[in-house]
Amino acid sequence: MRAFINHFSFEFRTGIRNKSLLLLNYLFPLAFYAMMGLLMAELNPTFLDTMIPAMIVFAALSSMVLGLPNPLVSAREAGIFRSYKINGIPAVSILTIPALTTVVHTIVVAAIISATATRFFDAASPVNWAGFALVLLLTVFSIAGIGVLVGVISSDSHSTVLWSQLIFLPSMMLGGLMIPSSMLPEVLSKIGMLLPSTYAMHAFQGLAWKVDTGFDPLWSAIILLASGILSFGLAIYLFSWDRHNTTRRAHPLLAFLSWLPYIVGALLW
Amino acid sequence: MNDSIIEATDFRKTYGDLVAVDSISLEVKRGEIFGLLGPNGAGKTSTLEALEGLRSPDGGSLQVMGINPTREPHKLRKLVGVQLQTSGLPDSIRVNEAMELFCAYHNVAPNYDVLKRLGLEEKMSRQYYMLSAGQKRRLALALAIAHNPSVLFLDEPTAGLDVPSRIELHKLMGELKEADTTIMLATHDMAEAEKLADRVAILLRGRIAATGTPRELTATGSGLTKVSVRTSGSSLSDPDIAFPAVTQHSVKDEYTIYYSTDPGPTVSAIIAHIKEQKDTLVDLRVERPSLEERFLELTGTRNTQ
Repeated sequence: MRAFINHFSFEFRTGIRNKSLLLLNYLFPLAFYAMMGLLMAELNPTFLDTMIPAMIVFAALSSMVLGLPNPLVSAREAGIFRSYKINGIPAVSILTIPALTTVVHTIVVAAIISATATRFFDAASPVNWAGFALVLLLTVFSIAGIGVLVGVISSDSHSTVLWSQLIFLPSMMLGGLMIPSSMLPEVLSKIGMLLPSTYAMHAFQGLAWKVDTGFDPLWSAIILLASGILSFGLAIYLFSWDRHNTTRRAHPLLAFLSWLPYIVGALLW
Repeated sequence: MNDSIIEATDFRKTYGDLVAVDSISLEVKRGEIFGLLGPNGAGKTSTLEALEGLRSPDGGSLQVMGINPTREPHKLRKLVGVQLQTSGLPDSIRVNEAMELFCAYHNVAPNYDVLKRLGLEEKMSRQYYMLSAGQKRRLALALAIAHNPSVLFLDEPTAGLDVPSRIELHKLMGELKEADTTIMLATHDMAEAEKLADRVAILLRGRIAATGTPRELTATGSGLTKVSVRTSGSSLSDPDIAFPAVTQHSVKDEYTIYYSTDPGPTVSAIIAHIKEQKDTLVDLRVERPSLEERFLELTGTRNTQ
């Protein structure tokens, strides 16, 4: 327990001490939130209906898809995992503790957004706070899983950027953050169903804002949960201690299995 | 009671077509400092990392304190301390945080004394990226010994260390040995190995070329003692002068160098000859065969000018 607390405390401080992580955990999402609040309230007032979940999902994508994988890759490249291994730090801790601390940072940002969006920008507040908390946890859990998995399968920092952007940009554009999924052309809307942000937005709206969302939002919550479990499981399974030691338990492409719940969702709805 | 702490039997490690370690066997006893010597690529690090559980052997068997490092690495962690040749820590971790983190995983109280001994006391709140290469090396060493391991693996521990840190490390190793810690040391520094190690093995192209105490190893070589003489005149310039027990000689930097199988009679004869020639002796040095000489002999790189 002492080891966990110590490790958690160090990783949490790193999320603030490290300038890149500070930017992606706090500055970027909060600055984007402020900018969207100022601009979109004027340009597109309907955005205010989904502003809180959209900005929370954006914060999760920023800290977990853009921020979380790179330190994992650079730690492997710099031999940090080797130091950890010889000192008995298990792979599970190496992967889950940074994810957990990033989750905490994201929840702090989510709390700031939730507490200020209505007051400053007249954004719609959740009507069911328990549902809001549940979906928030499921969203950060599933996106953190993806972030960790990207860190595990990326062979170097360059491929991390590629994988991260491949998830981040479509999630921004097609995941219902900027434009509601219902307003997208059918093909793009279908592609959007392959993204975690779509299910997060759907679950938030259905379970926390109690908006009519087409299919049962509980399914979106289940899909987020399933994807999170698969992502973390695969990340631990595919984890490699050492960049020189290329033997893995399985091919990194196995990571695509974590997308299975989204594929099922896209086929069903 | 079996006193053997580290055992490698026909250990083999390959990387693709490259055979890094070719069926070596060695044994290290409790409380021993065992030096693993060899040129770059000889297989030292592969051997150490396999014993530490970082790499899997491709043949043979390994045991550290009766534990198979590949199958039961978790059992090994609390018993061994490891300073890797190349490893790192997160850039943003502070020296005291690293000590606290690693000690927490070893389930012992943070050992700040060892940081003090290794001159890192004033760097406690420094982040890792702010440390010099030598300080990083000292921190790695401090973390390796913080939990008082029974077995210590050190891979090039003095590389990048300044002289005071090197002396402190040697002192520390002596104390650890006194406390019955078994130390396996891979090094390029022959003087260090000769000074510290009870026994050494010289690895060449993945095989053990020689093993024994430093004294045994030097004795099994050519056994030549180097006698370097400098005079004010030219009494030694005649290449045909023969001195007893001298097998070869050379001239370097105003010194005439003789290699002798029996230095006593050689030195007496040289002094007598200088006196007889009414020359003046300026300097005379006698160097017994060193481990380095033996190493160079084995690796075929000795400069026999």
